[in-house]
Order: sequence, then C-alpha cells, then structure tokens
Amino acid sequence: MIDTLVETLHVRLRRLLRRLLTRPRIDLPLAAGLFLLACAGLVTLYSAGDADLGLVGGQAARFAMGAALLLLVSRIPPAVLRSWTPWLYLGSTFLLVVVAVLGEGRGAYRWLDLGVMRFQPSELLKLTMPMMVAWYLHPRQLPPGWKDIAVVGLLIAVPAALIAKQPDLGTALLVAAAGGFALFLAGMAWWRIGLLLGAVAAVVPVAWHFLHQYQRDRVLTLLNPESDPLGNGWHIIQSQIAVGSGGVFGKGWQHSTQSRLEFLPEHTTDFIFAVFSEEFGLVGVCALLALYAFIIGRCLWIAMEARDTYSRLLAGAIGMSFFVYVFVNGGMVAGMLPVVGVPMPLVSYGGTSAVSLLTGFGVLMSIHAHRKMHD
Amino acid sequence: MTLRPRPVALTQSSRRRVAAPSARRRMTVVVAVLVLAALGLLARAFDLQVVRKQFYQEQGEARFLREMPIAVSRGTIFDRNGEPLAVSTPVVSIWANPPEVLENEERIPELARALGVDAAELKERLAQRSDREFVYLRRQMPPEAAQAVLDLGIPGVNGQREYKRYYPSGEVTAHVLGFTNIDDHGQEGLELAFDDWLAGKPGAKRVIRDRMGHVVEDVELVREPKPGKSLTLSIDRRIQFLAYNELKSALEQFEAESGSMVILDAKSGEVLAMVNLPTYNPNAVRGSSAAQRRNRAMTDVLEPGSTVKPILMTAALASGRFTPTSPLIDTGGGHWFFQGHDIHDTHNWGVLTPTGVITKSSNVGAAHIAMQLDTALMYDTYRAFGFGNSTNSGFPGEASGYLKVGRDWRPLEKAIMGYGYGLNVTPLQLANAYATLADGGVMHSPTFVKDAINEPRAIVTPEIAAQVVKMMETVTAPGGTATAAQVANYIVAGKTGTAHKASAGGYAKNNYTAAFAGMVPATDPRLVGVVIIDDPKKRSYYGGMVSGPVFAKVMEGALRLLDVPPDNIGRWYAGGPLQGQGGLVGAKPKDDVSIDDEPIEDPNP
Repeated sequence: MIDTLVETLHVRLRRLLRRLLTRPRIDLPLAAGLFLLACAGLVTLYSAGDADLGLVGGQAARFAMGAALLLLVSRIPPAVLRSWTPWLYLGSTFLLVVVAVLGEGRGAYRWLDLGVMRFQPSELLKLTMPMMVAWYLHPRQLPPGWKDIAVVGLLIAVPAALIAKQPDLGTALLVAAAGGFALFLAGMAWWRIGLLLGAVAAVVPVAWHFLHQYQRDRVLTLLNPESDPLGNGWHIIQSQIAVGSGGVFGKGWQHSTQSRLEFLPEHTTDFIFAVFSEEFGLVGVCALLALYAFIIGRCLWIAMEARDTYSRLLAGAIGMSFFVYVFVNGGMVAGMLPVVGVPMPLVSYGGTSAVSLLTGFGVLMSIHAHRKMHD
Repeated sequence: MTLRPRPVALTQSSRRRVAAPSARRRMTVVVAVLVLAALGLLARAFDLQVVRKQFYQEQGEARFLREMPIAVSRGTIFDRNGEPLAVSTPVVSIWANPPEVLENEERIPELARALGVDAAELKERLAQRSDREFVYLRRQMPPEAAQAVLDLGIPGVNGQREYKRYYPSGEVTAHVLGFTNIDDHGQEGLELAFDDWLAGKPGAKRVIRDRMGHVVEDVELVREPKPGKSLTLSIDRRIQFLAYNELKSALEQFEAESGSMVILDAKSGEVLAMVNLPTYNPNAVRGSSAAQRRNRAMTDVLEPGSTVKPILMTAALASGRFTPTSPLIDTGGGHWFFQGHDIHDTHNWGVLTPTGVITKSSNVGAAHIAMQLDTALMYDTYRAFGFGNSTNSGFPGEASGYLKVGRDWRPLEKAIMGYGYGLNVTPLQLANAYATLADGGVMHSPTFVKDAINEPRAIVTPEIAAQVVKMMETVTAPGGTATAAQVANYIVAGKTGTAHKASAGGYAKNNYTAAFAGMVPATDPRLVGVVIIDDPKKRSYYGGMVSGPVFAKVMEGALRLLDVPPDNIGRWYAGGPLQGQGGLVGAKPKDDVSIDDEPIEDPNP
C-alpha cells in the first residue's frame, strides 16, 4: 500500500522533473533578459561588495533558488494559480500578523527567521497583492464601480497598514501600488481615479496638521528609515557624487571610489545603482535601463496577450511594479526622489527580493505559456 | 483544491480572445507614462554624468584626496668632537576618530590600559569630542608601546609618526641647547636660534583616505621631505661635564643661590663650555621654573667688580702714562674719601705699583688710576672690550649689559667704574673681554658653532695685552688674591671679584657675587674661563676662595683633555714655593688671605 504510494509519488515526481527540464514553459526573451540582468547584478555586486566572493556566491545561490521557483511556477497554469490566490493572500497577510505580534515592543521588525533563512513576509505581498486584486476583479463587471473599488481598497489597506506598522512605509506604498495597478488596468474610470486622488491629497495635509511634532518626525523617519546620523542628505550627496563623477564612460569596474572608500552608504543594497553608474558611466546606465525597459516591455506585452482578465491584470501589475522599483530606486540614486528603502531589482543585494521577483516572473511565464490553452 | 466558490462570471470574461479596447487604451497610457519616466531618468543621468560631471568629480576628489605631511627628523646637534648632544628619535602619536572608537565602547578599558591612561577619563574625552574626527589620545609614545596600542586593532585608533628630541647630556647642556616643543620647534637656546637650520622641511604626499580617515593608498609625492641639517657646536661635552660637576659641588659647599661658568677657546672665541645652576632636565621640561631655564651666563647681568681692573689697566697702559711698574700709587692707608664717599681696600697696602693694584686688588689704587685717565680713552677701552654691547652670538635672549656713555660720567662714577661698579656685564661678555687679552688684544665674537667664520678685531696692541696678562699672573701667585686658582704645572693669569649684590635701594650688606676670570696657560693662553657664584652663604664669599678653586679644577681637567703643554714645569721640578704649601693643586694661602673688593655704597642714590 505504502510502497505503491511511494512508487506513484516517485514516478510522478520524475515525470514532473523531466517535463520541467525538457519542455520548460519559459519565455525565452524574458528569461534571457533576466539572465543578463542577474549577471550584471552579480558583477556589480562583486565590485560594490569589495570583491567579497561569499557575498556574490550567496546572491547567486538566491538567484538559483529564484530560478528554480520560476521554473516551478511557470508550470502551474494561471487557472490553478487563480484558484490558490485567496489562500496565498490570506497566508501572506497572516505572516504579516505574526511578524507584528513577534515584533511587539521592538524597533523595526520585518523578518521571519526560518532557521535556514530569514525572509520578509512583506516581500510576498508584492506578488500576492496584485494576484488578490486580479482575483477579486476578474469575474466582475469591468470597469469597476464604487462598491468593487471599496472592496479592493480594503484588500489593499489591511496588509499595507500592517507593513506600514513594522515600520516600513516604503514597502507598504509599493505593495499598495501593486494592488492599485491591477485596479487601474481593470479600467477604473479616470474621474473616479481623479476623485480618489483628490480626496487623498485633501486628507493628507489636514491629517499632517493634526499630528504632533514627534509624530511627524516619526513619519519622516518612516519615509527615510536608513537615514545616516552624520547629516542631512548624506546619502543623496554621496550618491550624486558617485553618479556624476562616473561621467560618460565611467571609472571602470572596481574603480568606484565613492563605494570603495565607504563614502557611499548602503553601496551593496539600495545604492548599488550609484556604484554601477560610477563604474560604467552614462553608457552603462543607458544599457542597464535598456535591459530593464526590455524586460518591462516584455511583461506588458505578455499582459496584452493574456486571454483572461485575471492573467492580464496580474501580468500588467507585475510589470508596472517592476518598473516602479527601477524608477524609484533610480530616482533616489540620482537625487530626484526621497530616500526610501527600495532596492534596484535583481541588482541590489538581498535574498527575499530576488526570490519573490523571480517567482513573479514565473507567474508571467506561466501566463504566457498558457495563453493558447482554454480552460 | 479551490476552497472558495468560483464566481459565476468567470467563463464569460475569460473567453475573451483579445483584450478589450479599453484595456488597450489603458496599456497605451501605461506605456506612455513609462516612456516619459524613463526619459526623465535618462535626462537626469545625462545632467549628472555629462553636464555636471566636472563638478561631481571635483566634489568626489575633495572627499578622498588629502595632502598629508611627511614628518622629517630634526638635525642632530653634535659637540665639537662629534658626540651627540641633541638627537631626534622616532616616536608615534596615537590619535583617534572619536565616533568610530565609541562604536566599540567595550574596548575602551583595553585601549586605556595600553595607552597608560585612565579608562573613565579616556571615555569622557572621546565623548566630549565625538563631533570631531581627530583627537590625540597620547602623543610621542615609544614606538614599541605605540605598536602595542595599534596591535589591539581597535577601529578608529591610528598612529602618526613623529620625532621627539632627546638630550643625552640632560641638564648639563640644557641652557646652551634649549629645547623644542611638542611640535618639534625650537623654543629656547640654540634649538631656537638655529631652528631653521635644524628643522628641515616636512614633505607632503597626496593620499586617498576613506570616510573614516584611514589612508588607503599613497597617490603621489607632492613635496620631497628635507630632513633637518645637523649642527656641530663648539661645545666640548667633556669640559662641559667638568664645569657642571665642579660648579655644582661649589654651590653645595658654599650654599650659594646660583652660578655660571663660561669657558672660551682663547684662539677662536668659541664657547667650549657654558653651564648654569640651577638647571632643568630638557627631556622633561614641564614643571621646571623660568629661573631654572634661564641661561644666566648670557641673560643675567652683574656688576663685574674687581674683575674689570685688568681692562682698566689696559686703558692705563694704552694711555702711555702707566707701565706695569710705574708710577707708584699711594693707597693712602686703605681709604680714599672721594667726593664724600669712602673708597676703601680690605687692608692698608701702602704704596703699590700698577701691578700691585692688580695683585692685591686695590680699589683705592684702581680709583686713582681711573681718575688720572682720559675719560674718552677709558670709555672707549671698556666699550671696545664689549661692555654694553651684545656679543652678537645670536643666542636668543642675550643681554647687552649696561655701560653709561663716557661723556656723561661724573667723577665719582668714573672712579668707581675703575673697580667695576656702575656698569654691568654678562658672564659671557666678561669671558670675551678676557679672551681678547688672552689672544694678544684680538677680539673674536664668541660663537657656539665650531669653525664658524669669525672676523677678529684687534682691540689693543699685543704688547699691552701681554703686559696685562703678565700682571694678572701675580694674582694666583703667592701674595695674590687667588692662589686657590692655581693649576699644577700651568701658570694661571686671572682676576678675582667679590662684589656686593645690588639690591633695592643700594647694595646688600651681606650678599655677594664671587667671581673669578682667568686664562691658562698664561704664557700662551688656550682657555679662558669665568666663574660666577651668586650669593654664597657659608664658609667664604670671596671670589678667590669660592670661584677660584672651581676655575682651577675645571681647567686642570680641560688642559689634560685638550693635551695642552704645560708652561710651568720648571716650578714643579725646582721644588718651588707651591710644594711647601702642602700640594701642587689648589694650594690655599693661610696667613696670606687676601680680601679684595670692598665695595662702596651706591654712588647714585
């Protein structure tokens, strides 16, 4: 009996593995783009991390893990993903609650320690949030009316508030944005968008007015969680110097003085793009941005090719989120946007981010691979 | 698998083969926004990396490129025989970046122990300066101790190589050499006078420093470091030690306040030794008083008293109206009431030759000679011998002394100036005057540098100088005032001086300056010495008794060290008068005690 079960399981696992290897459901252009990007990320990380091979190896291992997840997820048809969506959403939100309970009375607490690895549940929400919004909207009359918008608003607000409480306002906003993109792609009417944004714009200054100074300070700190005690705008100044001094052709690989001499803070994580810009100059920046543009464009194209609402909303939201990461990080490094803890996707050092991003691309590939199938 | 009921509308919406037109429009909007944002990012990159590239490159370099000094060693000071008197030893100053050190607060006790300071104090100091990036923790540590501190590997603790001055002869050469401050700049003495020569020029290098101030890489040498040049002094360390030891024991023996001794090379005017007491340790200047640090032989003035009489005699011989033996001078029973003042001698010497005035140190005789001299001649002679003029030795803080202009002299002033009151001189000036007589009337400016180019000037004829030296030989001969200044096998020519110390409102009754100035060997003088002992309180206060023996003992050693041939062997072999007095050296007159130089009250109340 048990033997039969084990045998069956064994056979099925083998079949699955063979199918994964022989007939992967991957989108080759997207995979090639991601591969190039990961390589660029590792090369930059080697330089930014002062030639620390352990650091690079660790990141490569996470890429490998993300790639495995990508392959796995790409095998799962979108319909199955869709049916799992509420559970995934509820599960990841539950983890946020766990973090909130464990983190009670401590400072910033975002991590769950699983023994073998630590991960940030808030990163999961970057994927499960647009999935949930797409899941909720796909059977409904589009464009959505006020009632649906209100429900989606609630779905977005609960995890976002939990993340904001950690405190990690930057990630909370990104998660909320991911949900918002799905709503936007669902065709939410412009006048409704205008009205909603207008209401927010009206409420924020009023709320700000009623806050105490120490509360305002706290909010400002939330906006800029890693601010250096050495002085105002230290990050921005050092980062701009790094980017600007790179010039057109850059100082060359491993020749970033700002990073090597430790003037540039967070030079392996949030500010790694500054190191890249210093070493490879405007030419490198253009190339990297072109690579990102290609990946994002491919995402949006996959979204347009998608055959059902769920897939379309989800693929579009993932693509737009990816773009927002790039833009917010790039803008921060270039001194155009305030300092928020957003990593440069697949280039910045960081495990959970890389794994969750690649998983997201797995979803995209699944959508693309299954576009011709009818369920 | 699904635990939630599937919404009913699923099939309808999922069947759409192509996205609805509204979805396409949305996507167009999205793409348009993305393109605009990307263009914005690129424009910004272009602005930073092309338009303002120069600015940011300069900003970057300003942050990590620094010019750092390269410490150079100060030149060594040698004595005339090449013995080091002042050397620079490498030391390490430990400095810290306070915020960085405070990050590892638990290691502060360990750091304090290695530095040899109190942990709580160190912590407080770091906390107070936590807004700075540089603070000295301990300066000038021995290299091994500093290395032990650096080996702790505490982040933010660094060493800086410096040089520290070390004076092997310590307090013996303290006044001549002076000392340097913590930044290796000369503060006093020859260290100050020759600071430019000794200091050298620190080099500079351009380095790359990281945010914590650690030097990561040397980029280029901006300025070659030029080590200081060494300096060879005229000082003979051995004679300096002799003088120091003898002066010190004399001060103890006579319980005197202070003292100085100067020894010049008669042929060149070079200073062979110059010692003062009290003194200080130049290797630990802190805590010493200004009185200890004063180079009294050059900064303090005294009334020369009877030691000036040979100079008076030079003027007398130069006038042509006096010879060593004529005319005879009647000392008038030891008192001369001149203009209401009692000029007196210690004894009634009766009628004296000019030589006798020197031998017996008769004040009455000196006053008579002075009054018979042309004022201009006497003033010019004093002046020519350097009284009232700086010796131009270049020594910082050297005093010029005081000599009133001749035409302003009143008769009484002129009379007392004949035996050394009413003017003041430094011990070095006195030594220089005697050196001029010793070298046949040729004056060399005293110098501390060996083989310095020195314009000699003839002051008086060699004949007159020789005559005066001959007269001074009688001072140490039996019947003279300084038989205690005799040196075995050598003829000593010299003159004693016992002057009342000037004090507020006149002269102190019981405070004296005991002086002896002389030269040896008298027949061809090589060494000139001046011994000044200030305020001896016990046993004796006479120049011949207090300072004379110091001169004799130092010169005896110095003559042997310099291998100067004796000029008085005859007396030794002949079993001359010295043997009968119980020894060859420092034989003291017994019933023949001469008391010279009783001063008068201040003539100018």
